[in-house]
Amino acid sequence: MHMSDALLSPAVGATVWAGTLGTIAYCSKKIKENLDEKMIPMMGVIGAFIFAAQMLNFTIPGTGSSGHLGGGMILAILLGPHAAFIVMASVLTIQALFFADGGLLALGCNIWNLGFYPCFIGYPLIYKPIVQKGMSSKKILMASLLAVFVGLQLGAFSVVLETLLSGRSELPFGTFVLLMQPIHLAIGVVEGFITAGVINFVKAARPEILKSITDLRPLSPDIKVKKIVLTFLIIAMITGGIVSWFASSNPDGLEWSIERVYGKTELPEHETGIAMLLKTLQERTAFLPDYTFKKKEDLKEQKTSDSEANAWPNVETGTSVSGILGSVMMVSFIVLIGFGIKIIRKKPIPQREHPV
Amino acid sequence: MNFDKEYFNLGVLDTLSYKNTLVHRLDPRTKVITTFAFIVTVVSFPKYEIAGLIPFLLFPVVIFALGDIPVWFILKKVLVVSVFAVFIGILNPLFDTHIKYHFLTFPVSGGWVSFFSILLKFFLTMCSALLLISTTSFPGICHALRKLGVPEIFISQLLFLYRYIFVLMEETLRMVRAKDLRSFGKKGQGISIFINLVGTLFVKTIERAERIYHAMLSRGFTGTIHFVLKEGFGKKDFVFMSVTGITLFIFRAYDIVGLIGRLAERMFN
Repeated sequence: MHMSDALLSPAVGATVWAGTLGTIAYCSKKIKENLDEKMIPMMGVIGAFIFAAQMLNFTIPGTGSSGHLGGGMILAILLGPHAAFIVMASVLTIQALFFADGGLLALGCNIWNLGFYPCFIGYPLIYKPIVQKGMSSKKILMASLLAVFVGLQLGAFSVVLETLLSGRSELPFGTFVLLMQPIHLAIGVVEGFITAGVINFVKAARPEILKSITDLRPLSPDIKVKKIVLTFLIIAMITGGIVSWFASSNPDGLEWSIERVYGKTELPEHETGIAMLLKTLQERTAFLPDYTFKKKEDLKEQKTSDSEANAWPNVETGTSVSGILGSVMMVSFIVLIGFGIKIIRKKPIPQREHPV
Repeated sequence: MNFDKEYFNLGVLDTLSYKNTLVHRLDPRTKVITTFAFIVTVVSFPKYEIAGLIPFLLFPVVIFALGDIPVWFILKKVLVVSVFAVFIGILNPLFDTHIKYHFLTFPVSGGWVSFFSILLKFFLTMCSALLLISTTSFPGICHALRKLGVPEIFISQLLFLYRYIFVLMEETLRMVRAKDLRSFGKKGQGISIFINLVGTLFVKTIERAERIYHAMLSRGFTGTIHFVLKEGFGKKDFVFMSVTGITLFIFRAYDIVGLIGRLAERMFN
């Protein structure tokens, strides 16, 4: 599942982008050090293969729904983790641009979720050890299923974390996890079978391809577990630092965390959260202070008298009425500008007639 | 069929990006940077914000008009893209039920407010990504990314991938057509056929990659791809960037919609 711009906060989006760019730079360095330039066209064309293969659909047995290939694990097996990560990143970049899958800020998250875990966790820590001693098709199947499963579960869990840290969704942590992980269990089983199937097919049809690509790659992907743990620790620290700073400077983030801690009950803490939110809202809307509907006194009274969860009436009716009025006017204004530009441009460009 | 349509859409976007308008003539770096600035600004709004997001519609509208981009084509694409954000957002009204506003005496819960905020952000960010690619050629974007410091190998990877997507998609299209002609009803839709198709496609791909590599070697390929692009960072880029930057700042810092609304209310009263 692709993460989306609309669910992200800038802090989370930027942090994950930083991690992704760092990994791309690291992989580029590794590839440059270890491979000849034959890999460059090879990687490009294999990326196009993943792209084309993702558009092929098949029916999942027994359900009638259709599935398609994700591809991270196949790439890691066939090209090695570094090249695979670069290829996956490029495929996702083109999808983000041409199909708007997720969006450009979320692209960092998507590359991370769909590229990092299969390439640097699933493949070196699970697939490689299982298959190392003798490649029977049964072993390939088992290894692919397990590796894909772990990669996808980690990816899905990252989606949950990224969404929750951004604080745009109201889904509680538990519900979200219960929603995401089982779906990706099902996806993982299908993906694992496909991965194993394709690897076995290639092994049967052209075994030398599998071999030649492996030989091309002297960098054995024996990544040290310690290194991975260390990287994770650093990333977690950076994320924690940025997010906590963001939460303390932003009343919305604060209110969100208060709600998480105290639940939906009307605790006094909750009210301070709301009041704070309103205060900043008011400060922000005080562009021309004379025109605001001053409800500050009313608001204070309501706060003391009303304490039912669904009884915060007239939370600044002034803002909502003028807000709606202003929105409508703004939209019509924007549309007018659009048509205005069109008319001024006078359409000097001859329109091509499409022959039917 | 889904496949044909995706392929066709890719081609249309590619064609659009080679138009010759004011927006198309801007340096790719300008467009990449402003698009990112736009997305980050939009996403930085807190979750209950709706009014503050409305003025940002100005940007896509202006680019649509200046760049002569077919509105319906892009809008259709935005509507059919991955709906993950919508799917997660629609659950907000279930979990966040405290009343946030009264809209003409109708109570509106916070969940609906934040859901509409997500929808607006979704629309704005998707539009901006599609507008970037339909006003900038893909090699242009790669060039910009290279100039901005993205590693060389990743750039060559993007360029190769883009070049061969069209070739391999046609290959796949032929294979799918051949399969369809040989299968009737539900036959040939299953996973085993799919695996055979993908496997065959992979073997064909590897063979093609080897041929390409030999062809490139015989033409003197040494590991880097060279660009011939005439655009440079000029006065128009500077103007475009500063106007966009200032507008983004004003829209983010001041409540434009509220101001207009209050002024209008005053006039009517």
